[in-house]
Amino acid sequence: MKNGRFFRSTAGVMAGAVLLLVLPFVAAMGGQAWVRILDFAILYVFLALGLNIVVGFAGLLDLGYIAFYAVGAYTWALLASPHFGLHLPIWVILPIGAGLACIAGVLLGSPTLKLRGDYLAIVTLGFGEIVRIFMNNLNAPINITNGPQGITLIDPVAFGSFKFSGTTEIFGLALTGPQKYYYLLIALCVLVVIINLRLQHSRIGRAWQAIREDEVAAKAVGINTRNLKLLAFAMGASFGGVAGGVFSAMQGFVSPESFSLIESIMVLAMVVLGGMGHIPGVILGAVLLSILPEALRYGVGPIQTALFGRLLVDPESLRMLVFGLALVLVMRFRPAGLWPSPERRRELEEAGQ
Amino acid sequence: MDIFFQQIINGLVQGSIYALVALGYTMVYGIMGLINFAHGEVVMIGTLVAITVVGTLVDAGMPVALAGLGGVSASVLVCMALGWSLERVAYRPLRHAPRLTPLITAIGMSIVLQNLAMMIWGRNYLTFPSLLPRLHFELGGTHFTFIQVVIVVVSAATMGGLLLLVYRTRLGMAMRATAQNPAVASLMGVNINRVIAAAFVIGSALAALAGIMVGTYYEIAHYQMGFMLGLKAFTAAVLGGIGNMAGAMLGGVLLGIIEALGAGYIGDLTGGFLGSHYQDIFAFVVLIVVLMFKPSGLFGEKTGDRA
Repeated sequence: MKNGRFFRSTAGVMAGAVLLLVLPFVAAMGGQAWVRILDFAILYVFLALGLNIVVGFAGLLDLGYIAFYAVGAYTWALLASPHFGLHLPIWVILPIGAGLACIAGVLLGSPTLKLRGDYLAIVTLGFGEIVRIFMNNLNAPINITNGPQGITLIDPVAFGSFKFSGTTEIFGLALTGPQKYYYLLIALCVLVVIINLRLQHSRIGRAWQAIREDEVAAKAVGINTRNLKLLAFAMGASFGGVAGGVFSAMQGFVSPESFSLIESIMVLAMVVLGGMGHIPGVILGAVLLSILPEALRYGVGPIQTALFGRLLVDPESLRMLVFGLALVLVMRFRPAGLWPSPERRRELEEAGQ
Repeated sequence: MDIFFQQIINGLVQGSIYALVALGYTMVYGIMGLINFAHGEVVMIGTLVAITVVGTLVDAGMPVALAGLGGVSASVLVCMALGWSLERVAYRPLRHAPRLTPLITAIGMSIVLQNLAMMIWGRNYLTFPSLLPRLHFELGGTHFTFIQVVIVVVSAATMGGLLLLVYRTRLGMAMRATAQNPAVASLMGVNINRVIAAAFVIGSALAALAGIMVGTYYEIAHYQMGFMLGLKAFTAAVLGGIGNMAGAMLGGVLLGIIEALGAGYIGDLTGGFLGSHYQDIFAFVVLIVVLMFKPSGLFGEKTGDRA
């Protein structure tokens, strides 16, 4: 790498880091609600990067990804809430959540190894629905998940006596709960990005790419496709589990409603819309798709009143309508995603000629 | 045993509806290898259009039978137009795009249609007008209604007609040729665009019929009704082997029956541990088990190794 480019990219990273550090304070000027929106955007980045391992790297179309998120979230909720009277520390819960999600990933992965493409998609989708239906109904005869009411009063993330809920003062700076979670999530995200980057160019990453492009050929050159596909499922699922745990702690409340199919589809849309398999693209997709509906929530109502003097259509449905249209239009004009990897764009251009 | 036969009949009715919707998925998939995720919403639009048209016609003083006929034709026509435009807007421009791209546009269209329907028809459940007389029959201890008979007979007739269309007409031949190999078919003079549009239009007409059946059967409709129905129907199509029309029909009926039997017996099977609210699980469990042993569905052709 040339020196100049090295310094320029370092400067870019530094500028990005500073921007990320001050962002919650900028957002706080618009109210804590915006900080929470940021938190969720980053949580979705985390989820999307996890799904990207399965869909983007290994090419396995997973429509039930939210199930692993649900496993993580419910693990946290059950082990750190008054529901069972357990209040275990994060060091215990998060690994258990990730581990259970990982097991769920292998459970889903192993019977589906032979399936390809759309058959896999529908089976993963079915798996996600099964998990959700169980969470919805496991309140009788033994009350495990508390059914559709969900679990409330979940403990926040805490390291020793340092709690992530409420406002604390650090070095004279008052940090609100959402702002603290923001930094926690950023730290987690940086970790996932590093893991993703390292994976992508590792032996495993290249093997996944081979499986994605041509499974038979991959097998023929001696790649253990079974283990690698299971590994992709397991890794993606563990990330989902960790994200779910943090979600649960951040919200203080979980219910099966948060884990419906549309959530899986949303995360998949983030991966595909951003640029499947390309880490910066996936991050962009996740940020855009999580912030856009919120921005529209604040946008469509006032714009209507400004233009027509009154509300013509229900802003809630209008904002989702615009969101759906945006999905269609983006894919229509950028079929490989907003920010595809350079190789992928080249392949497409060649195929198009 | 009475419950058994009763549930078989209920399952057959629900299954015929699944089969009609599943055909829409499978035709599009067979021809262009695409999951039309918005298909469930077409069913929903079909139901809601029928409600509005029948309501308006009855208010205008038309007899119910005539109004019903008007409602059915209007709903079928609207859905056909909708299917045609869906293909033009969301899928045709993306025919050579990466495989997941049209999946996302399909999801986008699904969101658009749902919210459009919510704007037009509101958030509340709507009552579907009763178009058929509520007659009850009893045969050897099992009960069934006139509506159930009509649903099964109309579905069977429609499916028979569809098979005739596919295996006995030029359009059908063109569709089969395109499904086999679009490039070669177009060299043989088949207008691929027309064939694909036809698949969407026919599938949507079936969806409209299915939607009206659902409305008549359950007597309510809602802007979100298409989602789960579409999901189940898609499951049925995959169960039968996606792309295979006979498979979709059998898959639909089978899924309906399995669900009905499952809901009827799950309490007994698990000693009361799991109740009938686990009904929705059956479809997916059966699907996963079947695909474990037959990775391309019950009647699907063995696909090549390239996905």
